[in-house]
Amino acid sequence: MEQEKARTRLFIWLWTAFVVVLLYLPIACGALASLSKGRYFAFPIRAFTSEWWEKTLDSIEIGMIVQTSLLVAALVTVISVVVAFFGALAFARYDWKGRRLFQKIVILPIFFPQPVLGLALLLWFSAVGIQTSWLTAVFAHLVWIVPVVTLVIAIQVYSFDPSLEEAAFDLGATRWQVMREVTLPILWPGIWSGALFAFLLSWGNFPLSLYTAGADSTVPKWLYSKMVAGYTPMVPALGTMSTLGAASALLLGGLVLWLLRRRAAA
Amino acid sequence: MAQTSLSHPAAPVSLEAAPALPTKRDALLSLGARCSLPVIVLLAVGFVAPLIAIFAYSFAKPRTFEVFRSFTLVNYAEIFNVNNTVWLSFLWSLGFAFATCALLAVIAYPIAYGLNRVFGKWSSLVSILFVFPLFVSENVRLYGWVLFFIKNGVLDGTLKMLGFEGGPQVLYQPPMILAGMLYVYLPFMLFPMTLGLAMVPRDLIDAARDLGANRWQIWREVELPLAMPGILIGMLLTFVLGIGAVAEAKILGGQSVIVISHDIFIGALTLAVFSRLDLDRLLGRR
Repeated sequence: MEQEKARTRLFIWLWTAFVVVLLYLPIACGALASLSKGRYFAFPIRAFTSEWWEKTLDSIEIGMIVQTSLLVAALVTVISVVVAFFGALAFARYDWKGRRLFQKIVILPIFFPQPVLGLALLLWFSAVGIQTSWLTAVFAHLVWIVPVVTLVIAIQVYSFDPSLEEAAFDLGATRWQVMREVTLPILWPGIWSGALFAFLLSWGNFPLSLYTAGADSTVPKWLYSKMVAGYTPMVPALGTMSTLGAASALLLGGLVLWLLRRRAAA
Repeated sequence: MAQTSLSHPAAPVSLEAAPALPTKRDALLSLGARCSLPVIVLLAVGFVAPLIAIFAYSFAKPRTFEVFRSFTLVNYAEIFNVNNTVWLSFLWSLGFAFATCALLAVIAYPIAYGLNRVFGKWSSLVSILFVFPLFVSENVRLYGWVLFFIKNGVLDGTLKMLGFEGGPQVLYQPPMILAGMLYVYLPFMLFPMTLGLAMVPRDLIDAARDLGANRWQIWREVELPLAMPGILIGMLLTFVLGIGAVAEAKILGGQSVIVISHDIFIGALTLAVFSRLDLDRLLGRR
C-alpha cells in the first residue's frame, strides 16, 4: 500500500515535469533561433551571435510597436481593474436579485473563442462606422479581460467577511470611509493579481488585436505578420524579449503580491 | 454524476444580504445591481451588440460587408446545399474539439491531483509555471513548435547529428493540429479541474478508506463526483474553445451562418452546464 502510494507520487511528479518541459520547449526553441547566426534557422547551431537582439533593440519600428503594446496594456489594466472591482462585488459580495444571472453573463465571454469575438467586434465597428485603431483594440481587450479580472477579484471577495464592513458602519463610518479603510485594504491582494492578469493577458493577446487594431500594430500582431511573410531572426528575438518582459513583470508582480499578503497576515 | 455532487449538502456560504442602508437611490437599484452596471454596460456594447451584428451580417449579401443595408436569405439557402462542404468541416471541428477535450482531461488530471495533494509547498510554483505560457501569445509559442519540427529544425537536426535519417515531416498534418490545440488549451482544463479537486474534503476520502473502499472505489464513488463541477467546466471550456478554433475561417469565407450556429451552440451549451453548477461554491471554497 505504502509502496504503491510512493509510486503514484513519483508518477505524478514525473508526468508534471514532462508536461512542463513540453510547455517550455517551444519558447526555448525561439530563444535558440534568435541567437543563431545566419538568416535562416538550422540546428545544431554553428555560431551564436547577439546581432539580431541588437538589431531588434535599435529598430525604430519595433520601438513604436512596443510603445503601442504598452499603452494598450496599461489602459486595459486601469479600466478593467476599476470596472471588475465593482463587478466582483456584485458577483460575490452583495446578495441581490439578479446575481445568479449576472454571474453567468460575466462568464460567457470567457467561453467565446477570441478570434470569433474579434471578428464580431470588427463587423460591429464597421457597421457602426468606427475606424479601427489601437483604441478599438483596447475596447476589444476589455470585453474579454474584464470578465477574467472580475473572476480573479471575486475569488478574493469570497474570503472577505462582510461583518467587518458592518462593524465599521455601526461605528459611524461613512460609505466612502468604509470603502477606503476596510474594503480596499482587505481586497488589495485580489485587485493586484487582477491587475497583473489584465496587463499580461493584454500584452500577450493576439487574436483580438489582429482583428481590431486596424492599421496599428501590437507586438504579437507584428510577429504574426512577419511569421507569415518575411521571416528574419528578429522575429524570435522580439518574441523572446516579449516573453522575458512578461516573465519579469510576473516576477515583480508576484513579489508585490507576496508583500501585500504578508502585510495582510500581520 | 454532476447531479449527485450538486445535491450534496453545500457548506454554508456566508453570503448574507448586505446591510440595508436606506439611501435615496436604494429604491431604484440595489447596491449589487449598481455595482454590476459598468460590467453590464461593457458587455452589452462589446459582446451582445457584436453578436447581433454577426446575426445581421448573415442576412447581408454574401462576400460583402453591407451589414444592415442589404437583405437576403442566400446564406441560409446555401447551408442546405448538398454539395456544401461546410458540414464536413463542421464535423471535423467537432471531432477535433472532442479529442482535445478528452485527451486534455487525461493529461491534466494527474497534474491537478498533484497540485492539490502531492506538491505541497511547491504547488504555487508549479501553478505559476502552468499559468505563465498564457501570457505569451499563442503564435509565438506555436512558432516555437514550428522551429522544433521544421526541416533542419531542432528535432531534425539532432537526429541527423546522431546519424539517423532525420525527423519525420509532421508539420501541418491533422495530428499536429490536434497537438497544437492540446498545447494551447491545457491551462483551460487544468485550472478548473484543480479548483474542482480542491472541493473534495480529505476526511471524506479517509472515511471511505476506513469503511473498506479500495482506491478505485474511492476515486469512482467519492473523488470524481465531488470534483465533477470543476472537471465539467474545464471540459466545457476546452471543447468550446476547440470548436471555435476552426470557426474563424468560415466567416471570412462568407459563411457567417456557420459562425452563428457555432455561437448559438456554444452559448446554449455553456448556459446549460452553468445552470447546473453553483459558482459560489466552486470559487468560494479554497
